[in-house]
Amino acid sequence: MGLEDLKHNFLTGSLEELVKWARRSSVWPATFGLACCAIEMMAAGAADFDLARFGMEVFRGSPRQADLMVVAGRVSQKMAPVLRQVYDQMVEPKWVISMGVCASTGGMFNNYAIVQGVDQIVPVDVYAPGCPPNPQTLIHAILTLHEKIRLGELTQRRPGETGAGIDLAAEPAPPGWVAPPSGVRLGTPR
Amino acid sequence: MTDEELIAETSEGPQELQDLDDTSPEELAIEQGSAMRLPEGLVLDPGDIDVEFGSDETMIINMGPQHPSTHGVLRIMLELEGETVMRSKPIIGYLHTGMEKTGEQLTYVQGATNVTRMDYLSPLHNELVYSLAVEALLGIEIPRRATWIRMLMTELNRIASHVMWMATNGMDLASTSMMIYGFRDREMILSFFEKTTGLRMNHDYIRPGGVAADLPDGWEDDVTAIIDTIPGRVDEYDGMLTGQPIFKQRTEGVGIISPELAIAMSATGPILRASGVAWDLRRDMPYLAYDEVDFDVIVGTVGDTYDRYAVRLNEIRESCKIVRQCIDKMPLGDYRAQDKKVTPPPRARIDESMEALIHHFKIFTRGFEVPDGEVYVAIESPRGELGCYMVSDGSNKPYRMHIRGPSFVNLQTLPPLLRGGLIADAIAVISSVDPVMGEVDR
Amino acid sequence: MGGTAFGRTPGDTALMGGVVSPGAELAGAGVIASSGALSQEVLHVTREGYLNVLVSLREGGFDMCADLCAVDYLRHLDRALPEGVVAERFEVVVNLVSIARHQRVRVRVQVPESDPVVSSLFHLYPGSENMEREAFDMYGVRFEGHPDLTRILMPDDWEGHPLRKDYSVGRVPVQFKEAPGPR
Repeated sequence: MGLEDLKHNFLTGSLEELVKWARRSSVWPATFGLACCAIEMMAAGAADFDLARFGMEVFRGSPRQADLMVVAGRVSQKMAPVLRQVYDQMVEPKWVISMGVCASTGGMFNNYAIVQGVDQIVPVDVYAPGCPPNPQTLIHAILTLHEKIRLGELTQRRPGETGAGIDLAAEPAPPGWVAPPSGVRLGTPR
Repeated sequence: MTDEELIAETSEGPQELQDLDDTSPEELAIEQGSAMRLPEGLVLDPGDIDVEFGSDETMIINMGPQHPSTHGVLRIMLELEGETVMRSKPIIGYLHTGMEKTGEQLTYVQGATNVTRMDYLSPLHNELVYSLAVEALLGIEIPRRATWIRMLMTELNRIASHVMWMATNGMDLASTSMMIYGFRDREMILSFFEKTTGLRMNHDYIRPGGVAADLPDGWEDDVTAIIDTIPGRVDEYDGMLTGQPIFKQRTEGVGIISPELAIAMSATGPILRASGVAWDLRRDMPYLAYDEVDFDVIVGTVGDTYDRYAVRLNEIRESCKIVRQCIDKMPLGDYRAQDKKVTPPPRARIDESMEALIHHFKIFTRGFEVPDGEVYVAIESPRGELGCYMVSDGSNKPYRMHIRGPSFVNLQTLPPLLRGGLIADAIAVISSVDPVMGEVDR
Repeated sequence: MGGTAFGRTPGDTALMGGVVSPGAELAGAGVIASSGALSQEVLHVTREGYLNVLVSLREGGFDMCADLCAVDYLRHLDRALPEGVVAERFEVVVNLVSIARHQRVRVRVQVPESDPVVSSLFHLYPGSENMEREAFDMYGVRFEGHPDLTRILMPDDWEGHPLRKDYSVGRVPVQFKEAPGPR
């Protein structure tokens, strides 16, 4: 079969769709495994629950080369500024998955040492519950993120966003802007 | 927040490695890796490395707490002369969860859920030491079957933990295939755990009084399938790594620790055994039913990274032997102590008997009271001596629950081991010390 | 009683392979009392005699310090202690192991709140370095002679000592949205 056999050798689409397809098909995670959830994240990247089929098996060591930060584990008071620093070093577009209940809400450790939810420090896109979540739950969270990328807008990922900064209070949404469908929640069937 | 402010926020002041001029001689000795009060011959002397110490061309760099090495949030500051490590200092606390404080707020029944998340690679060992401490304070005997089930599960957990170590160690030494192979084997054991305990990790299965549920039907076949496959796979990894020249060059002679230094630093587990001291709590201070099973204690000769690898590899084989004996000798009987105060009644009885319902209610809401006392129990976890010091005051919650985490103590061996090596050796050594930050920071 | 896996009954810790128990040997040299708690030998010492007792124990073959921790007895000041031991707020507990003799011993020293200072064991057992730092960080007990007594688990600018009994857990009230109102 050669090129002359191809009936349709042009693909057309809007730029937005193509860019979003590229973005969600190769989300590279930054290594931010903290505790037990990190082991399940590694298991998700390993043989039985392969993340490579989503283009995500390359866990970048440097946050500057990564798109996704999977906060896997409990965030202690000492680690919180480090988390923010790593998040700030990532380049736009970037997403955060909060993996496990400790990262989402503080989990079973409601005490002086643990930040009660990593969304107090960084904006989170998808929350994955579990203690620790099964690798399958993590993969579901990743697919939900892919949905969110697919359904979202290219230039404005959050209301009021002006571009590279995540300053929620800076600018209100411009008139006529429609929020992306909010029905993208974990558990919503595709 | 500006960069300067963020850097200021993440700096930990005196906990970090200071400039040479700001360091007291005693601190310098620790960072340089000499332990105090050792006989003259063992105190390291700066003249033993090729590089001139104290020159102006050293650089202090920071490794972690976020880094590609898969050993969790460990931060190490290194003072380098070129690529040679002169001084090093580990800084921990990035995963401090206040588990000991939480342990004082939870009842004895709930305590295992808290403790299990400390050493998250071998959660059953944490639960075991906690349950043994509570049972020692209560003074109850647990049935033989429960003891043997505990032994079976903890040995399987040891295999899973050591295989995981081989995976991450391989990854650190750039053998990515070892990582994938290791996780494949670990999945077999985790699916058996899921079948028995309900969870892949952090099981809350070993509770004071016995275990939470009996082994499922057909467990002998499942475990035999695991035990028949793992030794073959371990032989594969042996062939892949042990004789391989690159692996040998990266690990032989790297990070040597002498037995005297290991004992002085309170290092236990494979680190101590690799340096030649045959100390294994399963044989020397037996708990559970380890005096009724036959296994060898693997001891190294040189105490370098290669020996620690070899010790762990062979410990997988020994654990397989123990598991086989557990399958053969598993006694019949109860899986929990039949003590109404401690063990909830079987669920079916709750419908029939008011008393059973009340007991169930009381145990799961209020827990049980433990008489006044204190106890220290220790078991051999894959990382070393895992101990639990518990003080009870007669109420339904522990007064003080302190867990002696082996990795917390083993980390003290890092400055002596890293000294004089290259950064690549530092990665190999840290990996061979096998720290799990959950139990380091608790 | 004592039918656990650690099961030598209290009472026969005195003779173990012909070696007399350390408590009996050291009585009077700073050891106030010795008791057997669940078949484990426990020595209660004064702050002044603490270091000497540990030096003798080390020379007597207890070559590894397995564990060192502190306990805050603020809510349990009426705990049972042997004759002659004055209860204070803090206690430092040291567990030692003798590898050659397969023996354990525990040393407990009372530390008053007004002057929470104890000698450091670093020069005897370098492995106690991290453990003493943790006891300092969590309880505020200072170890004299420790080369680097800084916080180890909490951030450097943290105020307070978290494991003390008068330090609150720091629980944040959790509000569940969409929780049904009172029925």
